[in-house]
Order: sequence, then structure tokens, then C-alpha cells
Amino acid sequence: MLRLIGKRLLAAIPNVIGIVIVTFVLTRALPGDPAAFYAGPAATQEAVEQIRASLGLDQPLWGQFIDYVGDLARGDLGLSVSTGQQVLDEILRRLPASLELTLLGLLVACAIALPLGILAATRPGSWVDHACRLVTTLGVSLPIFFTGLLLAYVFYYLLGIAPPPVGRLDSMYSPPAHVTGFYLVDSLLAGDPELFFAAGKQMVLPVLTLAIFVLAPLARMTRAAMLGVLSSDFVRTARASGLSAATVLYRYAFRNAMLPVVTTLGMVFSFMLGSSVVIEKVFAWPGIGSFAVDALVQSDYAPVQGFVLVMALLFVTLNLMIDLLYTLIDPRVSIDD
Amino acid sequence: MDSPVPLLSVESLGVEFRTRGGTVHALEDVSFTVGKGETVGVVGESGSGKSVLFYAVLGILDAAGRITGGRAVFGGLDLVRASASELEEIRGREAAMIFQNPRVALNPIRKVGHQIEDVLARHTSTPSAELRRRAVEALAAVRIPDPERRYHAYPFELSGGLCQRIMIAIALACSPSLLVADEPTTGLDVTTQAAVMDLIGELARKRNMASVLITHDLGLAAEHCDRIVVMHAGHVVEVAPTAELFARPRHPYTARLIATTPHAVADLRSLAAIPGSLPDLRRGDLPACRFLDRCDRSEAACLQRPLPRVSAGPAHAVACRRPL
Amino acid sequence: MTEHAGLRHVRYVLSDNPVTAGSFALFGLFLVLALVGPWIAPFDPLETDPSKVLQPPSAQHWFGTDQLGRDILSRVIVATGLDFGMALAAVLLSFGIGCALGACAGYYGGWIDRVVSRLADTIMAFPLFVLAMAIVAALGNTVENIIYATAIINLPFYIRVARSEVNVRRNAGFVEAARLAGNTEARILAFHLFPNILPPVMVQISLNMGWAILNAAGLSFIGLGVRPPQPEWGIMVAEGASYMISGEWWVSFFPGVVLMLAVFCFNLLGDGLRDMIDPRRRT
Repeated sequence: MLRLIGKRLLAAIPNVIGIVIVTFVLTRALPGDPAAFYAGPAATQEAVEQIRASLGLDQPLWGQFIDYVGDLARGDLGLSVSTGQQVLDEILRRLPASLELTLLGLLVACAIALPLGILAATRPGSWVDHACRLVTTLGVSLPIFFTGLLLAYVFYYLLGIAPPPVGRLDSMYSPPAHVTGFYLVDSLLAGDPELFFAAGKQMVLPVLTLAIFVLAPLARMTRAAMLGVLSSDFVRTARASGLSAATVLYRYAFRNAMLPVVTTLGMVFSFMLGSSVVIEKVFAWPGIGSFAVDALVQSDYAPVQGFVLVMALLFVTLNLMIDLLYTLIDPRVSIDD
Repeated sequence: MDSPVPLLSVESLGVEFRTRGGTVHALEDVSFTVGKGETVGVVGESGSGKSVLFYAVLGILDAAGRITGGRAVFGGLDLVRASASELEEIRGREAAMIFQNPRVALNPIRKVGHQIEDVLARHTSTPSAELRRRAVEALAAVRIPDPERRYHAYPFELSGGLCQRIMIAIALACSPSLLVADEPTTGLDVTTQAAVMDLIGELARKRNMASVLITHDLGLAAEHCDRIVVMHAGHVVEVAPTAELFARPRHPYTARLIATTPHAVADLRSLAAIPGSLPDLRRGDLPACRFLDRCDRSEAACLQRPLPRVSAGPAHAVACRRPL
Repeated sequence: MTEHAGLRHVRYVLSDNPVTAGSFALFGLFLVLALVGPWIAPFDPLETDPSKVLQPPSAQHWFGTDQLGRDILSRVIVATGLDFGMALAAVLLSFGIGCALGACAGYYGGWIDRVVSRLADTIMAFPLFVLAMAIVAALGNTVENIIYATAIINLPFYIRVARSEVNVRRNAGFVEAARLAGNTEARILAFHLFPNILPPVMVQISLNMGWAILNAAGLSFIGLGVRPPQPEWGIMVAEGASYMISGEWWVSFFPGVVLMLAVFCFNLLGDGLRDMIDPRRRT
């Protein structure tokens, strides 16, 4: 198992190198002269040159690249011009908010998509099947920012049962003591159920928005995979052995159907991380996405680059976990390597 | 050989499939019996409905299939009218089935030992501490070498022959009184085929278990079966004891089938092919005799319904208006 | 299959599947709006009117007016051209470049294959929307750069389809025959192999159009690319966002619904095309 993890880690290295190169190229492709930008409009030519030298921008490109990699290795993602803070600190501070939203969204999406896909596959042509088709095609067609606004309009403005879409906690509460950074977990650890529900209420709409978007590809894949597996020879054998319908469905069909579904999780994570940026903007969620968008609007590029790098590394990590999960389910993989 | 009360008695069974291209009349008026401890071969071309017949009997037709009528009495219970849970109780415990292409007919991501345990846990009251020992015993019973180690194997780690033995072990784990083997040697190499067939025959004799061998290979059926049921396009066209069937085939189709079987002819040049192909079973106007278009003995009377069932001896029946 | 039989098959699929027929009709409507939108819009999409700010839908303004008194229906109609144009340009770019790279990689193999595959893998190593954000941020905040960014994040899909389709046919009989007949490698690739990758790629294009529209609108929504006051669906939703939770739903609602319909239309169209081209892969 350890050897396998090691192999997967090695295989991820080219991707990490690619990510670092791309982010470096994007940094250098910035419009205008970063030195002039940092120096401000009133700076003299001399001051600009001085800043250029201090930023290392007077060196040849490969020299700049080595500096860049060195900075990354030290965890230095640069300073945010608008907040004056270290980008890495700011990102680490905001990361739990984004992760809490994304993970909960994925959980809710799975909780709906998997049973829906299974039901649709076991009753082809039924109303569940048609509902599943509709949900999967509609779900991928919904602009996520629009879904979010629509939900906020209906549940906050019209029905008044959701809190206003303004961040992780209503202003009358103060956040729980920082342990994990996840408010739901931290409030429970602090033994404060009222705070837990307050944080939970804020999460309902953004999580639902994300879940609606993500459940579409998941349900579609689950349905297709289950259809394939249910007509396979080994399910026929299981039925011929008189195993109960539940055993056939879950222990035999579902576990096998999960293999292609797990493979598509990578694409699902790609969608999720991208859409979390938009959702954070809609619900004023203080995560790393809204941090990047705010910085982008102010032409503050260091946070954007840091954000892209962190997101890409997060994505690589998630893909690595998918690989390992796959190996755990499918005994055939470890031999193939 | 036909014992007074047969183990399985199928009467006038009909099966249809609804497809996008229309309704397929897969089985019509199918009747035959299997006696206790008897070995019966069910022979026909692919598409003749011989597998579907036993899917219907055991209640494992897929969702598009439907039994249109008839009975299938097994151990006093009509399986056509039995509830889904009654059928589940019988499958694997009283009547078991094994399939072709054994490497894909086993759950690819579950240890074979656990797949045997699943059946034991479902149908017997074996305490969970005992399950493993019984699974290893079941592996040993089908003469799998080193069963303790194979218990932990996955199907992809085993050869086709071993996988077929595993499937037999699963099927026989609860000592059923009927084993249906659906083309059990397809997808295996020749030497393994013989070993698998011998194993099935030996286990059936030892346990006094009836077995049904579904095959397109009349020679294989002749070698292993007491009696043979010949199927064509969803009809049973002839039923007879093996020796009698080969000595005096009465249905034109059976005669042709025997002529195409290499085992029965010395000279390969006399090997005859059967002209034409199976009729399109989606047709609404299927003739009474579905062999009509391929038959050189047909006459106007052959169009008349119903298709007659002629007795040609104590245990010999043929569904033909002009038998040989 | 002859042309005649092909047409008959198309007609059969359309009559068999009214949803696909409906999506074809909707696509036609969008196409008309995109082409002649500016001439059929009832009002000037940029004209502000302080006396008509935030009016709900009425007989005169079917979709209501926005915070500057502009007619939302006219803005939605005129935006069709820009949104479709951005998506189409992006998809055509990634189609052209992606298929060329993928086909070369699949045909020549070797180092070309390794470089192209590594490129596709590197793009896929990013969450795609985040990469698009980064590209627009780096290249500059313009409509063209939105198109380039959307094209780049779609590249891997075309590269992979073209590569695998060419790779399996590289040594097929008809290719050997063309080679023996004295065709150059480039000619074989362009005239004998390339036509084979078109059917699967057409399905990809249709599915991608919807996604490209969503992507471009999403970038506009977070403030990249299209600048106000230019009408564009994503930015119109963004402008109406704050009014949504104070009750003026129509400012965001109509551009959002039309955007959704457009994407929905392309997704249905893609599914329908897939049924037509390859009925076996129907899910």
C-alpha cells in the first residue's frame, strides 16, 4: 500500500512541475510592467528600476524562474497590494471556509445523485428514470451564479426562511474558537449547538447551489454505470444464486458501478472548484475564491496567482486521493502497475 | 428413466420480450420434464431460446421479458406463479445455474471465497464462524488445488477453468437437487472443457442431483446426457432418450442437426449445413411450425394450428405433422 | 449509408425524439436572434431613462427595466450575438487547434505525441474555470482574452478525441492503400484520416458550446472580460444580483433564464446528435 502511494506521488510530479511552469508563465505574461505597478504612478524612472531590481525582474527569464521556484519552496506567494498581507497567510486563513462549502456540497450531491442514478437504472422508463434524465440535463445547463441568486430570492426574499446571503455567520454571532476552521465542526467542539445551527443555516443555500450543479454529472454517470453492470454476466450469476435483491444491488452491482463513477470524480472536482469561486461571490462567502475575485477586480495579481497555484495543487491532491480510492475498490489495479 | 413424479415439469411455457423493434415471441408452448437425478440435454442453435427457457423457469428474465403463460412445477411449487422471494429461496438452494464465459460471470472485485460465503449465508444457517471453513470445503469439493489460498483469489487471478470450478462450487454450495449448466464449456480451452464436464457429471452422480446441459453441441449432449430436448426458434421440436434420438430422429430439424455434428459422421465431406436461418421472432404472423421455411418436407397442412405433438415411443415425442 | 438513407435516419431520430426536434427549433430561434438581434430589439439596449428605473415587466417592457432604466428584453436579445459569438469563436479555435494537435500526435507518435499529451495533461491538471480566470487575468481583461481562455481550457477534449480516433486507424487498410497509392503523409492525415474524426467531434462541439457559453458568462459574472454597459447575459445577471434579494427579481431573472435555455438547448442538441451519429452509445 505504501509503495503504491509512493508510486502515485511520483506520477503526480510532472503535473506539479507543469502547474508551476504555467503559473510562472502567467505571472510573466501580466499586462504592463509589474515594477511600475508596484512603484505607483508618481514614481520616478530610477525608483521603478530599483523596484525592478529588488523584484528580480532585471534578471533573465530562467533566473527569474529559479527565484520563483525558490519563493514557492519557502511558501512565499508574495504580498497582496490591497491588503498588505502575505498572500499565503490570507489563503490559509480563508481556505477552511472554501473547503467546508465544497466538501459539504459534494456530500449532499452524492447523497442525492447516487440513489437517484441507482433508482433510474433499476427502473428504466419509469418516472424516476425520466426525472433523472431531466435533472441531469437541466443540472449541467444551470448557470451556477443564476441558481444561487434564484434560491436566495425564493428562500430569503419570498419565503423568508433562509438567512440573508452574507457570509458564514450572521453578524450577531461571533465565530467559534479556531480548531479546524470548519465552523460546523468548531462550534460542535465548542459545545455550542446554537452557533452550529446558525452556521448551518448560512450554509444551506450555497451548499444546495453547489450540490444541484454537481449532482447532474454524478447521477448521469451512476445511472449509466449501473445500467451496464446490471446487465453484466456476474450480476446474472448472483441472481441465479438466489442472493437477495438488496445484496445483488449493493454488494454486487453498486460496488462495481462505483468504479467508473470514481473515475469521473476528477472532472466533478474540477467543476466544483471552479464553481465554488462563483458561489462565494454570490453568497459573499469569505473563502479563497472571493479573495481572488476581489483582488482581480483591483488588479492585485499576487493573490490571483497564489489562488490559482493553491487551487491547482488542491486539485492534484484530490486526483491523487481518487486514484488511491480506486485502488482500494478495484483489486485489479495494483497488479497492473 | 422418467420417474413417475418428475423433479421439474414445464408445461406450455410462453415467453415474450418487448423491444424497440417489436415484441419477440421467444418461447411458445414449451413442455418437457426433468426427472430426479437425470441428466437432460437441451440442444439448439443460438437464438433458439434454450437459455431464455431456464431464465424464465428460475425467474431471472431481464425486465423486458415476460412469461405469457404455462406452468413450471418444481418440487411441488409452480415457479411461474411463485413470488419473487419464493424464487430467491429456491435459486441457489434447490436449483442452481452456471454460465458460459466463467471469467466474466463472477464478481470481478470480490474474493471468490466471499462469493461462496454469500450464497451459504443466504441459504443456510451456517454460523458466521463456520462460513469460511464451509467455503474452503466447497472449493475442495470441485477439486481446486490449494483451496485455502484460492479462497483469497479474485477471478482475474484465476484461469477460465478454475473460474468455472468456482462457479460450480457456488452453485453446489447448498447441495441443490437441480443444476442447470448453460454452455458451461464455452470460452474454455479443449482440455479444460473435458475436465469441467467430467466434474459436473461426477458431482451429479455422487449427489444424485439432476442436471440440465444447455448446449448448441449435439455431440457434447450425446456424450453426457440421458435424454435430449431439441429446440428450434422457441419451440421444443423433439424429446427422446439420447440413443433413440441418434438412432431414429423423427423431426427433420433433429435429423439435420445430427448430420451437422462432426462426432456422428466419419467423413467430414458429408457434413451438411442447415439451410436458411431462424425466422424473425418479431413477426406477428409466425407459422404454426417455425421450421417451415427451412424444411424440405413441408406441405400445406403444416400451416394448420395447433402444432401437433406426436408420440413416437414411450419416451419419444416430436412436434411435426410429417415426421420422418 | 447513402445521403438519402442518412436524411431518412435524421428524420426518424427527430420524429422519434420530439425533445431533440424541439432543441433544433430553439437553436434556430437563438441563431436568428444572434444574427439580427440589434435590428429587431424594441429599444436601444444602451439607452438609459432615469424616469423608468427598475420597472417590473409590463406590456411595454416585457422583461422590465434595469437600474438605469434600460429595456431588459432588448438587452437580452442583443446580448445573444455576443454570447454566441464568444462561445462559437472559442469552440472553433479549440476545435481547429485541438484536432490538428491531436491528429498529429496520434499519427506521428513519438516526441510529438509526448509533448502534445503532456500539454493536454497540464491543462487538465488545473480546475478548468480557475485556469480560465488566471489566463484572462494574465492576458488582460478583454473579450478576445475570454475567447482565448475558453478555447485553451477546451483544448484537451479535442486533442484526446482526435488523437485516439487517428491512432486506432493509423495502420488501417484504407490508410495503407492510400500510402501505396503514393499519397504523402500529410495528405493521408488531412484527407483520409481527418474526416473520420469529425462525427465524434461534432458531438463534442455541440456539448462544448453550452459549456463555453456558461464559462464565458461565468467569467463576465465575476467581472472579467465584457465591460458594462455592453449587454451580455452573465454581466446582466451580475448587475441584477443585488436587486434579487431586495425583490426586483426581473433584472437578473430574464438574462439568467435565457442563458440557461441556450445552454440547455446545446446540451439537448449534443445528446440528440450523439443518438444520430452513434445510436449504440445512447444513455
